[in-house]
Amino acid sequence: MTSRVRAAIEQANAEGRVAFVAYLVAGYPEPDATPALAKALVEAGTDVIELGLPFSDPLADGATIQRASTQALQGGMSVQRCPGLIREIRSAGVVIPLIVMTYYNPILAYGQDGFVKDVAKAGADGLIAVDVPPEEAHELSEGCQGAGLDYVPLLAPTSTDERVALAVRQASGFVYCVSVAGVTGAREALPEELGTFLDRVRRQTDLPLAVGFGISRREHVESLSGRADAAIVGSAIVEVIEAAPRDEREERLQAYVEVLTGRRQASD
Amino acid sequence: MTAIVRPDERGRFGDFGGRFVPETLMTALGELEQAFEEAWHDDAFRAELDALLKNFVGRPTALYFAENLSKRLSGEAADGSAKVRIYLKREDLAHTGAHKINNAVAQGLLARRLGKRRIIAETGAGQHGVATATVCAMFGQECIVYMGAEDVQRQALNVFRMKLLGAEVRVVESGSQTLKDAINEAIRDWVTNVETTHYLLGSAVGPHPYPLMVREFQSVIGNEAREQMLEAEGRLPDYAVACVGGGSNAIGLFHPFYEDDVSFIGVEAAGEGLDSGRTAAPLSAGSPGVLHGAYSYLLQDEGGQIEEAHSISAGLDYPGVGPEHSFYKVSERAEYVAATDNEALEGFKLLSETEGIIPALEPAHAIAHLSKLVPTLPDDSIVLVGLSGRGDKDMDAAAKALGVHLT
Ligand SMILES: Cc1ncc(COP(=O)(O)O)c(C=O)c1O
Repeated sequence: MTSRVRAAIEQANAEGRVAFVAYLVAGYPEPDATPALAKALVEAGTDVIELGLPFSDPLADGATIQRASTQALQGGMSVQRCPGLIREIRSAGVVIPLIVMTYYNPILAYGQDGFVKDVAKAGADGLIAVDVPPEEAHELSEGCQGAGLDYVPLLAPTSTDERVALAVRQASGFVYCVSVAGVTGAREALPEELGTFLDRVRRQTDLPLAVGFGISRREHVESLSGRADAAIVGSAIVEVIEAAPRDEREERLQAYVEVLTGRRQASD
Repeated sequence: MTAIVRPDERGRFGDFGGRFVPETLMTALGELEQAFEEAWHDDAFRAELDALLKNFVGRPTALYFAENLSKRLSGEAADGSAKVRIYLKREDLAHTGAHKINNAVAQGLLARRLGKRRIIAETGAGQHGVATATVCAMFGQECIVYMGAEDVQRQALNVFRMKLLGAEVRVVESGSQTLKDAINEAIRDWVTNVETTHYLLGSAVGPHPYPLMVREFQSVIGNEAREQMLEAEGRLPDYAVACVGGGSNAIGLFHPFYEDDVSFIGVEAAGEGLDSGRTAAPLSAGSPGVLHGAYSYLLQDEGGQIEEAHSISAGLDYPGVGPEHSFYKVSERAEYVAATDNEALEGFKLLSETEGIIPALEPAHAIAHLSKLVPTLPDDSIVLVGLSGRGDKDMDAAAKALGVHLT
């Protein structure tokens, strides 16, 4: 079976674009806010959605996503609600690929096998588990394969070539390349050594490479052209949602993402 | 002494432990593991560490026969001697006032060997922060300590000590504002600065190799106690009792007796009671899951979100526990019980009054359990207790809890 996620990224690349992957915190800012925000992302030209299932102790996240996660959990978001939310997003007419991104403990609490099956049945296309390195990922990646989900590993600039090999062996859909040693959060510029890191990963896999952590501007996305296949934006999207008045939220999100995808000129 | 219990190549004690961290840290953890194994088998490293433990930390610490406490809890035999004999391993006498310094000195030395001059640490009670700041001052290392805002309040004296020692204290306002959140922030710092920085983790928790490494560095407690016990009594104790937060002083006391006929009892903080929902006792009231890089018992809701811990003692106020303790629990090598805040305060007063030793609120939980355990024991039993630290840091918190106003 060909991966819908991979196909969406390759389609964007065939159109001469870096594919655009947008991250939403599930159940943020309110429990029922997510489907409409997902639709706005699609309108703005997003190719793949990452649905972040919040965790109380998000070690890999900076202040923005921590704050949003806390608020989503206080609003009642939970791993048990995750399949239902995916169904609501699909019912709202969102057909682009959707990947669930979370930490290991909520998955364990739900039960690994049940979780991958239930989110797959609800309409998810893939899974990213931030704190599960390749050494510990056998069960989860095989479970995903069995359920028809892509398993997307993370690699970092500190990953040795041996570790890259280990990770890409389990991967499908794409490989998530973390741009810097650090936590999530919008940054001014992407690091200069990024190219060397991407080359090292490219040498070991044909899968699309997606770069995330720190991306917040059109020029960041453009700078990836020819070096990576997709750009992932998370914290910057959360900040736009956070700052918008409730009745302008979708509109502002769409306008911002249209700038990132190059459909609209930045106004300032 | 060699390790008796070894984790497997994935860092697992049975099912527990492992390495569940963002990919960015995986290479550094591998390097740390290798550096630790090499150093630990290097005679020069061991000799330098031993010299520091002797001359800087003040080891060996005393093994003290607590005769008054023994008599109070077990009664007197016909000849006037205590029916049950309680011995205290006096980590309160170590430099900076708690066992935390044993691990801090050893990891500081290891960081120097790794060529990392920037040291970060988390602290709850402030004892590990003070120990780390002390070691960094001695080695000339830069020191940054993460501490939850609530703990900064209740352990103000230790904040002052750390600053005096030249450390920067970063107040953590996220989550429950206690030890758990301080560890989150320290790990985020490490993810960002991993090339230059050593994370000097203060308990037997976290991703492999920390639980193994911290246990080895704290096993000096049990190794000394073993020898001292044989000298004092000509035999090993029947029980070893210690408080369990992350579990470093307890595992350091227990592990050298692993193959002996010695019963281990770990005492967790029950907070307001095991059924109150306000506890810090994952082994007694929690279930297994992943927190801070390891699979172990923890306090969580049914959706796998970590619950806040509650304890009068900042050093035990943590929803997780070291993986080796989880392994000892399910393999039934150790028994884990819990003492409430009020029981700990009773233990705090009891040791102060009977022996003239004011314990920290953490080991006061272990003392509290003696009041339940000792009266049930046969005559001539011997109980070894880890007195992990002294109470000076807790004067404000204890006075407040006991309703005394300090001016
Ligand atoms: C005196 C003392 N005992 C015990 C602890 C708990 O830690 P652990 O369970 O790692 O020994 C602390 C922690 O701050 C402490 O200061």
